[in-house]
Amino acid sequence: MTIGELRKERVDRGIKVRTEGIYALMSWRELAYLALPRLVLIAGLLALPFLVPGMYWQKVISIVSIYALLAISFDFLAHYVGLVSLGGAFFIGTGGYVAAIANKTLGLPIFLTIPIATIAGAAICTLLLLPCLPLRGVYFAIVTLMYPLVLARIIEALDILGGTDGIMGVASFPGHWTEQYVVIIMVLVFLFGLRRLVNLDIGLVLRGVKDNDQAVRASGMNITRYKALAVFIASSMGCLAGACLVHIYMWAGISLFALDFSILPIAATVIGGGGTLAGPVLGCLILVPASELLRAFGTLRIAFYSLILVGFIVYKSEGIMVFGQRKYHQFERWVKI
Amino acid sequence: MTGKPILEVREATKAFGGILALNRVSFDVREGEILGIIGPNGSGKTTLVNCITGFIPMTSGKVFFRGKEISRKPAHKIADLGITRTFQIMRPYYSLPAYKNLIIPLFSPRAKRTGGWRGGGRLGDRATVSVDILEEIGFERDSFVPYKMASALPTGYLKRLELARCLALRPEVILCDEVFSGLSMSEIASMVPLIERLQMEGITLVMIEHRLRELFRVAGRVLVLNFGEKLMEGTAEQVMADKRVKEAYFGSEEVEEVMTYA
Repeated sequence: MTIGELRKERVDRGIKVRTEGIYALMSWRELAYLALPRLVLIAGLLALPFLVPGMYWQKVISIVSIYALLAISFDFLAHYVGLVSLGGAFFIGTGGYVAAIANKTLGLPIFLTIPIATIAGAAICTLLLLPCLPLRGVYFAIVTLMYPLVLARIIEALDILGGTDGIMGVASFPGHWTEQYVVIIMVLVFLFGLRRLVNLDIGLVLRGVKDNDQAVRASGMNITRYKALAVFIASSMGCLAGACLVHIYMWAGISLFALDFSILPIAATVIGGGGTLAGPVLGCLILVPASELLRAFGTLRIAFYSLILVGFIVYKSEGIMVFGQRKYHQFERWVKI
Repeated sequence: MTGKPILEVREATKAFGGILALNRVSFDVREGEILGIIGPNGSGKTTLVNCITGFIPMTSGKVFFRGKEISRKPAHKIADLGITRTFQIMRPYYSLPAYKNLIIPLFSPRAKRTGGWRGGGRLGDRATVSVDILEEIGFERDSFVPYKMASALPTGYLKRLELARCLALRPEVILCDEVFSGLSMSEIASMVPLIERLQMEGITLVMIEHRLRELFRVAGRVLVLNFGEKLMEGTAEQVMADKRVKEAYFGSEEVEEVMTYA
């Protein structure tokens, strides 16, 4: 018997009732079946600062969390609202500069600057992106890509906000434990918050905008408003990440608008599995440390990086998380055709 | 049955570049009636629906709903007034189960306002209400069908889902763009009573159809479009007897078949 005569059949485990998202739990075993993957993720992330050797890698964990926030926000916009955003750098930069200004110019303490940067930064981003929200197609991606370039050049050319030197001497977190746990807990809060949101009724509307925006309009809803809401949520995550980054580096400069912040979250989403929200976090946990390890190769780093990415797209385009979910939730068996 | 006009279309004109897709089309839709719109392919039927519901802006002309002009309003505002439409090419929310497809319209301001708790408003459980609406429209409640992904549903159910999406808004007018097309004879047979019941519940229907026999059974009046212009308007018998309509449909067996039938 050759492979050609066989077909892989997949059967859902019996725990699923009727449809996605409705479970009938009959025992502790079934409860554990659902809770275990989530608990492993939560406990794993919380334990991470203890598991890594030394301060250097603890810093890497913070950066992983920053990128994870960006990646979750990209995944949310792309797979649940249908807006492909290349605006990671835009969000980081806006949030970062708002936090730096609030801290240096207004003299606010760190636990006020971060919330302010999150809300005000997200409001600024949403307002600036508002004009392209009624458009369909690639315009949103293009505009989100242009803004960070434009803003960086404006700051450089007009020599405002510290110019090329940036804003120095921004307050740091009280301690490196606080720093790590603030960002890690924020990742968990936004990850589980968004997973909840996309299954609420309002989340279904957002998913409807992605699937068929005309039908949402025909249902009497203003799709631009819902897109703006989604952009606000996503950009608030990005701005929060930016504010934390500024306080970690104690400096805000035009490198906050670097393209890395736009590209790496997308790569992480591809590797981790789009549409799962947890997948991008996983992707960041792989990609960011990998890029640190590849630092020894200098500029060749990007080449290796791209190879990893191409490999994933060609051989496992669904992503780690989707692959894992399938293995976990379904039985597979070979049947004769 | 001839109530006062609920929708008045005045000189609706739509030009795509140099081509007039609609040329000064005027007609009334009366409250509680079923108005059929027929015409050969490319005669502007779908464009007319798109213009009335605000999905594409009219070049000139006006539309009045209960005496108030709606021709410059955006699509979602018009839907919010209770003028809903189905799409010729059904595009449900494929990644959602059928019943979750309905939660989206039930979340709209109009459904929250008009539905009370039964409509899934502030207090309602929208999942329950959506299964109720689906049952009403022919999804078997205790089967797997309402819980299936929309991508796995056959055409007949998708057409019903399109109608259900309109019903969730508690509409006053439904503009149906070819609900019968692509359905088997038995599916159409089960759809016709549904359409009649919607009319009895007080909903005004405008139906674009190519299935003339079924349309003539339900429609009180029929409007004939040809090359973007109104050819005539009248009862099913008048339309069937008209020479110009026969010419417009020249070669179409369907009309002749219906005409010999009548």
